[in-house]
Amino acid sequence: MTFRKILTPHIAEDDCHTLNFYQSNGGYSQAKISLKEQQPDDLIELVKAANLRGRGGAGFPTGVKWSFVPKSSDKPKYLVVNADESEPGTFKDRVIMEKNPHLLLEGILICCKAVNIQTAYIYIRGEFVFAAQRLQQAIDEAYDAGILGNDCLGSGLSVDVTVHRGAGAYICGEETGMLTSLEGDRGQPKLKPPFPAIEGVFGCPTVVNNVETLANLPYILEIGAEAYCAIGPEKSPGPKLFCVSGHVENPGTFELPMGIPLRTLIDEHAGGVWKGRKLKAVIPGGSSAHVLTAEECDVAMDIESLTAAGTMLGSAGVIVMDDSTCMVDALVNLMRFYHHESCGQCTPCREGTGWLEKIVHRIAHGDGRMEDLELVLDVCDRMVGKTICALADAAAFPAQSFVTKFQDDFVAAIQNGGSPAWKKRHPSAVGGAATHG
Amino acid sequence: MANTISFCSETMKQYEWLLTRYPTRRAALLPTLRLAESDFGELGVPEMRYVADLMEIPPAFVFGVVTFYTHYRRAGTGKFHIQVCSTLSCALRGSEDVVSRITERLGIKPGETTPCGHFTLSKVECLGSCDTAPMLQCNDDYHEDLSLEDVDQLIEQLRTEAEGGQNG
Ligand SMILES: Cc1cc2nc3c(=O)[nH]c(=O)nc-3n(C[C@H](O)[C@H](O)[C@H](O)COP(=O)(O)O)c2cc1C
Ligand code: SF4
Ligand code: FES
Repeated sequence: MTFRKILTPHIAEDDCHTLNFYQSNGGYSQAKISLKEQQPDDLIELVKAANLRGRGGAGFPTGVKWSFVPKSSDKPKYLVVNADESEPGTFKDRVIMEKNPHLLLEGILICCKAVNIQTAYIYIRGEFVFAAQRLQQAIDEAYDAGILGNDCLGSGLSVDVTVHRGAGAYICGEETGMLTSLEGDRGQPKLKPPFPAIEGVFGCPTVVNNVETLANLPYILEIGAEAYCAIGPEKSPGPKLFCVSGHVENPGTFELPMGIPLRTLIDEHAGGVWKGRKLKAVIPGGSSAHVLTAEECDVAMDIESLTAAGTMLGSAGVIVMDDSTCMVDALVNLMRFYHHESCGQCTPCREGTGWLEKIVHRIAHGDGRMEDLELVLDVCDRMVGKTICALADAAAFPAQSFVTKFQDDFVAAIQNGGSPAWKKRHPSAVGGAATHG
Repeated sequence: MANTISFCSETMKQYEWLLTRYPTRRAALLPTLRLAESDFGELGVPEMRYVADLMEIPPAFVFGVVTFYTHYRRAGTGKFHIQVCSTLSCALRGSEDVVSRITERLGIKPGETTPCGHFTLSKVECLGSCDTAPMLQCNDDYHEDLSLEDVDQLIEQLRTEAEGGQNG
């Protein structure tokens, strides 16, 4: 079967975001069938059989997650759509929301039917002002056309959708942090269990799904589980949005089948490494993933293959670095990010991210010592798996892999009084490391 | 002390609509702060206090929420808030040069506001637009794929707008 784009098929067209356009291309026909004719359990089984894996980062099977929500509960149930898109290197959900917002709404309707939900919130990062406007326009159109509201598509079911804008905090992409934020609080994560499916927003059972995950649903209904599983590897199949940024000729979002070789993605779709330079390193799944060396880049872009390669598909945010990149400078940048974004609840994360930034910073600025490399790894060991949410792990993974895989860059910065870029900016300070012995 | 500021009637209507969208009043806090931000122009202590009174939420809680997030327009921000993305994908494509250029043109470093109150410069973390790096956000708008000439042009344009006294 030749691959057909389903998430971003018409994004070059001016009016691709309108209801008119969406419906004239068959939009909402799957939601109509499922709302009127299908049973919730059958929908859950279908999504399980299709092996749809969450596109937000963790890759959890969507149907399985839905099945955790209690069937009989006197509490209302909620769907919260994760549109926080805050993982550095990731910019895919934005394309869906700006160019194909009705696809997301159709996915929301199908999920609401499957889990018996009447209220959905789309939690979108505050900076995405235009995407939030586009979503709101689509929602207004859908209410006016009887697609949302009290009698969705003539099914007698009611579904309300509200756009909820965040206000700038990476941690609100983590699901429990997002729910705390939706409740009007500071977005601090909570210990799991209880998982959101049992006790989520407002103390009620809650499904949290990423934008792209939900946008896959109409297509799964259209072609069935078997055909869907045939797209890419069986265990993590489907169309996928890959984001490529950094040192390539043609950065962008590319819709391709899961399992596309990383090299093909970079060389054919993203135009190859820019300026005719050589590849040095690639972060394949958003900044929280372990980095790959150029030699390790013969890998397929799917959940299993990347896990086997010691990293992760994560958010599929591919960050490419050419051979002029100093890995010490790149890591300082990321460590600043995680330190800034730590919510501060857990000591290993609050202190650990601060230490990591400080140590890598001093290596870059000519005050590093050889023992610092061990120290970085030691601090990481004290962070991974020891905190409320995975932000601490997300900071530790790049630190561990940068320092081990690109040790030469770090050793050179320690021995030569700082990273090349820093030395260029501070020529007189060269040799600062000597004072520390 | 009684509040001397209050929402205009249109904003009040939007606030009341917001309350119908959530099962608890507090859940409307983040969007209500957005309303306050656009109605009053910024969130300083009097504005935060007003929202606290209106929503019957302790002021300390409201202050805590506002300061947890980076994207609210805090008191003292210039008319144009230029936020340059500095995270890795943007850094790899020259975001530091964009910051230096703006510093050169406006005479302010990140974290500072020009004496005339027209511009505030900040470095911020990934804005979800890494494919168009380097990029910045000025108030609500993204400016992407920036060359240094684009930066110069943008600043000239904003300066004209600010000095012309138009409400941007
Ligand atoms: C620190 C951190 C940040 C995250 N940021 C995002 C994000 O921006 N968007 C997203 O969809 N998921 C993000 N996640 C993953 C969510 O916690 C959650 O797994 C996901 O929204 C579930 O949806 P899915 O099963 O459809 O992927 C983040 C997780 C962590 C630990
Ligand atoms: S791991 Fe870090 S970000 Fe997550 S809850 Fe703990 S302190 Fe907050
Ligand atoms: S790193 Fe700048 S927008 Fe993502």
